[in-house]
Amino acid sequence: MQANVQQFPPFREPAAGHGHDDHGHHEHHEPGFFTKYIFSTDHKVIGIQYGIMALSFMLFGFFLMLLMRWQIAHPGVPVPVFGPLLEKILGAPAAGGAISPDLYNSFGAMHGTIMVFLGVVPLAFAAFGNYVTPLMIGAPDMAFPRLNMASFHAFFLGGVVMLVSFFIPGGAAQAGWTSYSPLATTIPTHGQAFWLVGMVLLITSSLLGAVNFIATIIQLRTPGMTWMRMPFFVWAQFVTAFILLLAFPPLEAAGILQLMDNLVHTSFFLPTGLAVGGQIANVSGGGSPLLWQHLFWFLGHPEVYVLILPAMGIVAEVIANNTRKPLWGYKSLVYAVLFVGFLSFIVWAHHMYMTGMGQKIATFFQATTMIISIPSVIILTCMFLSLWGGSIRINTPMLFALGFLPMFGIGGLTGLPLGLAAADLYLHDTYYIIAHFHYVVAPGTIFALFAGVYFWFPKMTGRKMSEFWGRVHFWCSFTFMNIVFMPMFAQGIKGMLRRMSDGAVNYSAARVPNAIDALPGSVMQLNGWILWAAIGLGISQIPFIINLFWSISHGEKVKNDNPWDATTLDWQTPTPPPHGNFTHEPIVVRGPYEYSQPGHGTDFTPQDETETGAPAPKTATAHH
Amino acid sequence: MEIPYTVTNRPDTGIYNAKLGIWLFLASEVMLFGGLFSAYVLLRVGAAPGDWPHGWLNVTLGTINTLLLAMSAITTLLAWAACKVRDFTKFKIFHACTIVLALTFLGIKSYEYHDKLIHYEIQLTNGKIADGHMVAESKDFDLAKKIGSVTIEGHIVEDRREIIDLRSPEARAAKHEEITIAATDIKKMGNYGPAHNTFTAIYFTLTGLHALHILGGTLVIFYLWGPGSRMWKTDPERFTNRIEVSGLFWHFVDLVWIFLFPVLYLT
Repeated sequence: MQANVQQFPPFREPAAGHGHDDHGHHEHHEPGFFTKYIFSTDHKVIGIQYGIMALSFMLFGFFLMLLMRWQIAHPGVPVPVFGPLLEKILGAPAAGGAISPDLYNSFGAMHGTIMVFLGVVPLAFAAFGNYVTPLMIGAPDMAFPRLNMASFHAFFLGGVVMLVSFFIPGGAAQAGWTSYSPLATTIPTHGQAFWLVGMVLLITSSLLGAVNFIATIIQLRTPGMTWMRMPFFVWAQFVTAFILLLAFPPLEAAGILQLMDNLVHTSFFLPTGLAVGGQIANVSGGGSPLLWQHLFWFLGHPEVYVLILPAMGIVAEVIANNTRKPLWGYKSLVYAVLFVGFLSFIVWAHHMYMTGMGQKIATFFQATTMIISIPSVIILTCMFLSLWGGSIRINTPMLFALGFLPMFGIGGLTGLPLGLAAADLYLHDTYYIIAHFHYVVAPGTIFALFAGVYFWFPKMTGRKMSEFWGRVHFWCSFTFMNIVFMPMFAQGIKGMLRRMSDGAVNYSAARVPNAIDALPGSVMQLNGWILWAAIGLGISQIPFIINLFWSISHGEKVKNDNPWDATTLDWQTPTPPPHGNFTHEPIVVRGPYEYSQPGHGTDFTPQDETETGAPAPKTATAHH
Repeated sequence: MEIPYTVTNRPDTGIYNAKLGIWLFLASEVMLFGGLFSAYVLLRVGAAPGDWPHGWLNVTLGTINTLLLAMSAITTLLAWAACKVRDFTKFKIFHACTIVLALTFLGIKSYEYHDKLIHYEIQLTNGKIADGHMVAESKDFDLAKKIGSVTIEGHIVEDRREIIDLRSPEARAAKHEEITIAATDIKKMGNYGPAHNTFTAIYFTLTGLHALHILGGTLVIFYLWGPGSRMWKTDPERFTNRIEVSGLFWHFVDLVWIFLFPVLYLT
């Protein structure tokens, strides 16, 4: 086995000339509070910073959604409990504690923006990626620790700009998270300008993160960690980083152009003869609204894979660990994820079948969309087959990972009709779409993220989260998630449109009894059910929040550094890992998922364990 | 704890961390400018026939700027080569040239911007168009209240097409003189700023973003030339790498201009 290990120069070179000032690492004395927690360059601290911020933003985005669900179920009725507070904070748009249509629009736009760019991406990519990736490849830190810190600070500023926009005159952005022009330019609020500046900051953040992740994975793999010995999680983060690196800049370009439209009054996206409120607008014209959509969706679709790939990586780790057997089809998984990453750049216009861009173009994008479902299905199939014949350990992370599989399956399969232009013309912009992508992202990605939190919590803190409350959290969330999103398929098929602040009352059979295809009472009634299920979903998160904080100091202590008996390098470190991560240089001698090897004493063989059973020989001292 | 391969190459990838980092960053920059160039293409193809301006920019100044950046690319390379052969004095001289060339580029660019911002198209109440550079506004000039007057150095045309395509000899031969126009005769006036039409909009956006890159690159090179060059004494290998990485960025910025110049000035 040793013969396979590549020969490298000593892992940690002596500080040849360049002093510590270049890294900001001072191990000799204890860093102060600010250095340690605010201006930290340690990838683990930055990961936790990202995680806390992202979870808070997700909770905030969820509250926006609850307010919107109240308005949908009871249009114009003051919001109970929170109504007076809303009026106090936001003033006229929430007059009488009820949500005005404008306020509903900005809640809708900001719910999407916050959940995607400030919640799920920072948690899935930045938080888990930062904390776990260097540990898994045996690196002492990220390749560029100070860029890593700058990335978090740009993210933080972007979040602040987004939140501040709620309080400016006219309120936050109202043109949806997609910010279609010319609507985004003609709405009389500077919220859109704040949104764009916030987005530029967030794009900068993820750009720095992406460069850092790719460089780290290429350069800092420990000796013996060849490409095909990398855990699937690392592969998923690697592909995600490439998507962020290459797909985000065109949105930044679009953001700059729209910012010019909004502030300098150019006409990049404003056509000749544009009329606003019945008046010809005072613009030079000549611009193209379709251009915005192309630039936006060139990011927008790869972004979907940014949301889902890290989640798949987490699920793969949890499944391999809890089925106690190697992942089924590791190589297929790797090639499939690479293929998804590549193809995700040429499917974007399937969001634009309704724009009249032409049938030939629609056909091309329809074909690529059908093709990209193949690698996605390969990944999901490999995960399902991994369960076959395993002696499955059921614990909270595993429950969430198992919940992910069918939920993502539903989300993916209901996407097929939307990828076909003919069916999409009917379903476009209805609640069917909402149900589809929420099944992918909410009970899909977010369940995987919960699995990750429960799974790596012992490594971060040295204690486990409560198993009982974890299961309560899973079963309640699972039930309510489905009651929230399943009825939306029915509403959408019946023709209920999204983005309507009155919950489609104006199209109901009760309001327009003689209209063809007016929405029947049974469909309208579902709005009420969804509201109560959403409230239930909110209450189900309380056990999680309490569990998360309570377990930091009161959780059951782990018996050793590897409480889940895992094979990957992230569990072969002290708990929690110190600055620099490893006590000795790990030398990888085997693949990532060697569980239940015949003839081996335990049912797991860590990646750096030699045949004799001891960790691979130490070639260099790690800590001075 | 030391992060490996900050200065030396990793044997199996043959590259050190920062060099890989800058190449990845440049890949994303390609996508950023690629997005903007696609916007240019779509706006230009989508423009109504006869609406897209030609010959609005000063080709001489553009050519000078192109040559300035080309020379700065050479001095950047020579500065790096000087570091490689451990000749610090030459490095100082070459990168001083780079900085001077970059600042001259920015100076010429600001002159061009200024020239566009004082250039006005004035639609007159009689249907004609006065077009020229602002000389003076009378003190009490107020377009909304229709009082006062403006003086421009330019000419009056019957048809807007005469000031859209300036490539023809007739358009170039147009005689420019001082014209004073009363506010009462003005229907609408605006300068050739970004809001003038989609051409000026994309011109200011593309060259503005490029100028910001020049400015950022110049600041970095200036730092490495001045206070940052102290590293030469302690760690010349690492310092040379920094010059290489900043040089890669500089070459990219030059390359963007090589695309901008023909696209905006010559067509």
